[in-house]
Amino acid sequence: MAIDIEKLKAEREEAWRVEVRNAIKPKDRMALERVKMTEVDPNVRNKSYVEVNEGLTLEQAREEAKRCLDCPNPGCMTGCPVEINIPKFIKNIERGEILEAAKTIKQTSSLPAVCGRVCPQEKQCESQCIYTKSKKQAVAIGYLERFAADYERHSGKMAIPELAPANGIKVAAIGSGPAGLTFAGDMAKRGYDVTVFEALHEIGGVLKYGIPEFRLPNSIVEAEIDNLRKMGVKFEPDFIVGKTATMDDLRAEGFKAFFVGSGAGLPRFMNIPGENCIGIMSSNEYLTRVNLMGAADPKKDTPVFFGKNVVVVGGGNTAMDSVRTAKRLGAEHVYLVYRRSMDEMPARKEEIKHAQEEGIEFMLLHNPIEYIADEKGRVKQAVLQVMELGEPDERGRRSPVPVEGKTVTIDTDMVVVSVGVSPNPLIPNAHPELHTTQKGTLEANDALQTTKEDVFAGGDIVRGGATVILAMGDGRKAAASMDEYLKSKK
Amino acid sequence: MNLIVAKELFSANVAKFVVEAPRIAKSRRAGHFVIIRIGEDGERIPLTIAGSDVEKGTITLVVQRIGVSTNKLFNLNVGDYITDVVGPLGQATKIEKQEGTVLACGGGVGVAPLLPIIQAHKAAGNRVVAVLAARTKDLIILEDEVRKSADEVIIMTDDGSYGKKGVVTVGMEDVIAREKVSEAVVIGPAIMMKFAALTTKKYDIPTVVSLNTVMVDGTGMCGACRVTVGGKTKFVCVDGPEFDAHQVDFDGMLARMAGYKAEETAALEAWKAAQNN
Repeated sequence: MAIDIEKLKAEREEAWRVEVRNAIKPKDRMALERVKMTEVDPNVRNKSYVEVNEGLTLEQAREEAKRCLDCPNPGCMTGCPVEINIPKFIKNIERGEILEAAKTIKQTSSLPAVCGRVCPQEKQCESQCIYTKSKKQAVAIGYLERFAADYERHSGKMAIPELAPANGIKVAAIGSGPAGLTFAGDMAKRGYDVTVFEALHEIGGVLKYGIPEFRLPNSIVEAEIDNLRKMGVKFEPDFIVGKTATMDDLRAEGFKAFFVGSGAGLPRFMNIPGENCIGIMSSNEYLTRVNLMGAADPKKDTPVFFGKNVVVVGGGNTAMDSVRTAKRLGAEHVYLVYRRSMDEMPARKEEIKHAQEEGIEFMLLHNPIEYIADEKGRVKQAVLQVMELGEPDERGRRSPVPVEGKTVTIDTDMVVVSVGVSPNPLIPNAHPELHTTQKGTLEANDALQTTKEDVFAGGDIVRGGATVILAMGDGRKAAASMDEYLKSKK
Repeated sequence: MNLIVAKELFSANVAKFVVEAPRIAKSRRAGHFVIIRIGEDGERIPLTIAGSDVEKGTITLVVQRIGVSTNKLFNLNVGDYITDVVGPLGQATKIEKQEGTVLACGGGVGVAPLLPIIQAHKAAGNRVVAVLAARTKDLIILEDEVRKSADEVIIMTDDGSYGKKGVVTVGMEDVIAREKVSEAVVIGPAIMMKFAALTTKKYDIPTVVSLNTVMVDGTGMCGACRVTVGGKTKFVCVDGPEFDAHQVDFDGMLARMAGYKAEETAALEAWKAAQNN
């Protein structure tokens, strides 16, 4: 999809926009300091599930919005996988039209309150901001996005985007995570009759089972899903396409095309001795128990271990979510064991900072090689290999190599393995006409069409393991491709 | 939400439920299971499917009450709803025409998931001898249904109150001694499957067991159900639930199944106390 440059230019020349832009000189705008997000005190928040980032006030948001220069060729938009009209929404904030700002975002993003919280903006829009390019701190686009979405939700005036007249064509999204929800929103806007099938009992995918409450409250995900419901999107939980019914069964029921956004699925383990003993689990299991099943709440039936000395293995955002969750569930020591150094850590800088503030103990350049169990089969120690950095690999990341003969043994009563996920084979296994790559991801062309013409796919089932925003970008792109495909079939 | 259309008590702690689930009724095969959840605070637990009626759109579940979740289900009656039923999950049983006898062994409620496997073997033209085992007479379930499909049924009880006195392996040895057994299928408590597997291993009889480990999502996402099979980590929910019995690390599995024992016992006590108030 290409950004419509002509339309952008015309919008930029609207009278209100010119007026806002000319009210302050660029030099004065650039002299303003980037706003600081207020955060709950680390020693308070690490004992509760309260959201860490408190959000901006109206004054803070309008002040920050002034920093945006409203560039004629906005770099930020090219950094946004869903191509939000960033200058337009920010200038709406500057002039105090917050509901208009929210509406602008929702023209292209179905989940603004989610993106405003969990997008790695520093790697997306903010990395392309004119300020970043001139070595200054980028406009806080992410904070502003969140502000606009939260303001709208609290106003009770949640706008439903304009919908094309219903065309009666049934299409399905498989999986209700960020890819599926974005796809559903975009297709509903185009007038399609959309049903989202979800394997779990709750809608939201990784937004519900994976990302913890302190980073993305479930009530916010619910509000975005409700908005999709109001747009006519139907949801079928407890339905596993490929098991409960196949795509062929659904074709017979009138579905004309499918979008597979079933996610990454299978957690990876390290296959080291003792890894199957009691108290060792995947981050998917740990986070699902706590986030989806509410296991830390005594009135819920699902149990979870409350480790005192917790080891989390890995350096991604999921590892950060796991260490911070363990701390909140009362652990005295939480060790983040990562085989490389801080520089190579794939987690967002903000998550690393938050984890450090909350008292997580980082054991960098360490890698577990064995777990030792007590007589009941419960983990009691982890043997860690000390590592050092070797030559850079093909991606330029320096590879960790073991320091011969140097190990450390630490006491632990719970281990969370967070070393990545493999694609879930459920959909490809049930539908052999969908070809997979060597990694097990679904094969899809640039238009995100799979080897079966009426099946499109995106998010982690195609990418392996990626982010919420990239999954959303795929959902949006697949919707455009599917729309084109269905129109060509008429 | 899935409506309970029939409930039958097999014993004080074992009941059969017939539940509306038209899509699952149609797509399930022998060996499949479902995940259910009772109430908004409920946990997700796996239950094997004992049968289905495609026309009525129902599936049959047999449950023994042990912990909080099975007790909650046990307390539901005809007209009540199960909050969530999702499936069918797992790989279906591989049914092949066998030269010799298929020895089908069920312990306790393990007879429920064994029944569709017996029916499928019979439909494939195999001779099936079933050994049903339980502690005592009252705990032998689905005997009439098994008799309808199996060529012969041997009952074993620990206390000798019904059939022959002894554990399941005694009945198995009798059959193996007198006729050529090509395959054994064993479903029951983990400890029973472990010893049944040791028995058939002596005679080199290919043996399948169906494992019922702790699960959360049931679709491969969490790995709670993992077991070691032939030295490799396998997920019961997507790779199983059936595995080559001679490759399964039963001791590791037994340890993992007891992982939440303390939490489960405490939860059950609390639940019982709440019921009495």
